[in-house]
Amino acid sequence: MKNGPLSLLFHSLVVAFMLAPLVVVCLVAFTPTDTLQVPWGDYSLRWFRAVFAHGDMVQSFWNSLGVALVAATLAVLLAIPAGLAIARLDFPGRQALNGLLMSPLIVPHLVLGVAMLRLFALLGVRGSSMWLTLAHVVIITPYALRLMVSALAGSDRSIEQAAQSLGASRWTTFRRITLPLMLPGITGGWMLAFINSFDEVTMSIFITSPQTVTLPVRMYMLATESIDPMLAAVSALIVGLTAAVMLLLDRLYGLDKVLVGQQ
Amino acid sequence: MKPGRTLPYALVSPALALFALMVLLPLALTALLSFQRFSYDTGVQDGFTLSTYANMLGDSYYWEVFGRTAWIALLTTLLCVLIGAPEAYILSRMGAPWRSIFLLVILAPLLVSVVVRAFGWGLVLGPTGFVNQFLEWVGIGRVRMLYTPIAVVVALVHVMLPFMVIPVWTSLQKLDPQVENAALSLGASRFTVWRRVVLPQVTPGLLSGGLIVFALSASALAIPGLLGGRRIKMVATLIYDEYLHELNWPLGAAIALALLVVNLAVMLATNAVLEGNYRKRMG
Repeated sequence: MKNGPLSLLFHSLVVAFMLAPLVVVCLVAFTPTDTLQVPWGDYSLRWFRAVFAHGDMVQSFWNSLGVALVAATLAVLLAIPAGLAIARLDFPGRQALNGLLMSPLIVPHLVLGVAMLRLFALLGVRGSSMWLTLAHVVIITPYALRLMVSALAGSDRSIEQAAQSLGASRWTTFRRITLPLMLPGITGGWMLAFINSFDEVTMSIFITSPQTVTLPVRMYMLATESIDPMLAAVSALIVGLTAAVMLLLDRLYGLDKVLVGQQ
Repeated sequence: MKPGRTLPYALVSPALALFALMVLLPLALTALLSFQRFSYDTGVQDGFTLSTYANMLGDSYYWEVFGRTAWIALLTTLLCVLIGAPEAYILSRMGAPWRSIFLLVILAPLLVSVVVRAFGWGLVLGPTGFVNQFLEWVGIGRVRMLYTPIAVVVALVHVMLPFMVIPVWTSLQKLDPQVENAALSLGASRFTVWRRVVLPQVTPGLLSGGLIVFALSASALAIPGLLGGRRIKMVATLIYDEYLHELNWPLGAAIALALLVVNLAVMLATNAVLEGNYRKRMG
């Protein structure tokens, strides 16, 4: 069935609504003035230069990048064996374990943030970037795990059985058959985990210290104090970076599959 | 594959250890914290007290904040249903290249930091933003939207809409277009087809989408923090203030646990409805 003109009008409005704030942020970033205006005619890169001259902002970017790179890698390393066990093996407590590993999608990040703040305070590790990274691992593992499990669920188990009946050891079967089957789940899961860690603000705001402040937390704190076009320039850079990762994800894996889940 | 009995546990043990240490233990510690005494002079003290909860339940201020959070989250959910469900339906009826392109356009903002999106709405809805320029141009005049529930709800709908489109889209994928065509050819009106064929198919998607949207809206921090200002206090911004400004951690912990319990209760109730619905349809 075709969409009628009314449907298409509705659709255009929804698309405009979804894109409006992102487009406006990117336009405002190029303003030559000190105000948050969309520039007409005059464009300037002065606010982008201001971002790179802002030492705290640059430091926060590196903090975020480091945390997200390490956390996404650790999350995938945890999700490979866990996903294998959940998707391929049947054992008592499997459902409960799956529920626990998926719980960061259900327990609000805010609650996890204050809970970890308490833990870190008792352990005396507030401001440690290692513990911040571990906290990120917890909240991004569900994304990696979900892709891992769906990659395995969608693959044919009889190939593994064939390999074993032909005399391959369990390790060889894993290395030569199962791991390649999981590869799309691993790359897609890593990137999705990376983006979610890089964007995380609600939990991080409670457990970062002035030295470990991540980029979204820095932006949040700046935006609650004073708003100038420099924030628009940072936002535009983030939108650009996200778009680049998104295109990569789409090429490698199909973005609709990553976000909607495999059917 | 005939795994040994210990293999599954060996495989999951690293993840299990991390989650026990960083999810279960901190939540238990926070539950304990909410029963500890607090004074502004000496901070958190040992001992057991129910007074934090008693004060919270007896103070109309907290009821007001929880009430405001509930209606803002409900309104956001309702708007997401009204916008997301038709949009998913329209997307599912599009032709080959456009369908995936526009699905990406709707879903992609999900990957952009919520702080960026809240900031973007601040620019769009601000006193000199696009919306106010338009309102002035059509002669209505400027409307104050920033630091009112309007800005909070608009930005929340923007952030949550993909979470509604995804499950509805998924359930529409299972709908055979031939069933719709059959109903039409048998003389059903388009409205009847929509009500009797499409709607029952997407109801589970609507419910699970609505659940996610409600839960995430009720605990959102950055959007009310940036667009609601001091006056539109929501549960999340209240918890933030108790922890990082007032430093009354036991009170913050009690509010956070109340939020968690309400969220879980809503989820369990919706799940029960979903499963009941499923059983009924399976006969």
